[in-house]
Amino acid sequence: TSEFNLTDVLFFCRKAMENVVDDDVTKRFSPQKLDSWNLLTRNNHNFCHISLRLKVVWVLGLLLRYGVLLPLRWLRSCLSDKVHLMGCHICVRSLSAIITYHNRQNKPQNDGICVANHTTPIDGIILANDRCYSLVGQLHGGLLGMIQRAMVTSSPHIWFERAEVKDRHLVAKRLIDHVADKTKHPVLIFPEGTCINNTSVMMFRKSSFELGCTIYPVAIKYDPRFGDAFWNSSKFGLVRYLLRTMSSWAIVCSVWYLPPMNRKEGEDAVQFANRVKSVIAAKGGFVDLKWDGGLKRARVKEAFKEEQQELYSRLVVGVSQGADNAASDSAKES
Amino acid sequence: MGSRASTLLREEEIEEIKKETGFSHSQITRLYSRFTSLDKGENGTLSREDFQRIPELAINPLGDRIINAFFPEGEDQVNFRGFMRTLAHFRPIEDNEKNKNPTASEPLNSRSNKLLFAFRLYDLDRDDKISRDELLQVLRMMVGVNISDEQLGSIADRTIQEADTNGDSCISFQEFIKASLVEKLCETCF
Repeated sequence: TSEFNLTDVLFFCRKAMENVVDDDVTKRFSPQKLDSWNLLTRNNHNFCHISLRLKVVWVLGLLLRYGVLLPLRWLRSCLSDKVHLMGCHICVRSLSAIITYHNRQNKPQNDGICVANHTTPIDGIILANDRCYSLVGQLHGGLLGMIQRAMVTSSPHIWFERAEVKDRHLVAKRLIDHVADKTKHPVLIFPEGTCINNTSVMMFRKSSFELGCTIYPVAIKYDPRFGDAFWNSSKFGLVRYLLRTMSSWAIVCSVWYLPPMNRKEGEDAVQFANRVKSVIAAKGGFVDLKWDGGLKRARVKEAFKEEQQELYSRLVVGVSQGADNAASDSAKES
Repeated sequence: MGSRASTLLREEEIEEIKKETGFSHSQITRLYSRFTSLDKGENGTLSREDFQRIPELAINPLGDRIINAFFPEGEDQVNFRGFMRTLAHFRPIEDNEKNKNPTASEPLNSRSNKLLFAFRLYDLDRDDKISRDELLQVLRMMVGVNISDEQLGSIADRTIQEADTNGDSCISFQEFIKASLVEKLCETCF
């Protein structure tokens, strides 16, 4: 039978004293005590002089941490840009690319989107040789995905998961947020969406032009006499393409930086896109086409045929002279 | 290169505490480090709040009384010496102490000093007697709401009856010691 004893209080006393000496909780809220000192005074509670040798070591550690590690980490972002540029220079040399940049005063700034005509994946390297850009694209698996993820650790790129690509609002939001941040590099977008053989500029997708950001157009023209830079992705893969490129005479190209453009009042995204496209086409000497580069792989939409049928129908049924001229003009164009 | 200089423990102090309490040098420095980590106000003394901040102590049924035992009569702050003196009551008895010089003064962690500590937990008004009320108070603290007043009252009455030898319905320190010996005997028998 358990009964009350006068000395039962001693049990509670003992427990209390144990907790006064050491308890499980309060020590969790102050820095962890280390078995051996890590040469940081912030980790040493009862800091006192132990030996001269230790003091010397501590001073050296102090110099290293504040003189070397701290500035290096601070400079990291500006160093990372330099490293990137150096890497690009090396890539460009390996392709024997001779690039002439024109109108460098119009080089894209951190507050906008850079758009250019697309001929080859090398376009990115050609442009990145002159300044750093943030790339946009779908996140891949495998080696390319690993490279993409590695790139993000040093500067912000916008990689989308496959599912997110379909969500236009999400894409738009991420782009707007990125552009709004003045410390981030300009986004590099190729609005044609596919590689064209550098003789024409095809339809620019309107999504980049809907965002309301400043557009920096760039025209890239390759000289075909020294090597064909066009990647015919339906004929050969990336590896063969690189082989062909590296075994040509050289990649000679001109890059024209065009003055920044913004959407005008009353201009919709499509009109703005077309305006930018014609500027690029004019500078690079390309044929300005309204056709979609996606026609490389996809069939043309039925709607265009229906448009022609509708115009002809008006002719047959007999309408005013003005509509007649319009109908015959559009018939000539196609 | 030094921590809070005003509260740094000097060698002479460590020696004095060692003599008074019987703690070893390393135990004293360790307990000093614990003292400073509890001392949030960084003024070299602990207040009752500093103790209450220890969750396991705060949930101890006798926590308040025990914390009280650290503080000298009527004071709100306890310094490191006082802290060590109270802790010394519960320092484990080492083998080499058992055969000490019998003429040396009684160590703080002797059984009778421990009992005096326990006695003082009951005897709030310091009249060297544990009255029925004082006993009930401590009982109530230990059991909370789980035992009724009548039952608790009868436990108190029985305890006093068994311990009280001079018939004053209170337990003096001598009666307390005798009662604890009886309890100890019973423990070893059962």
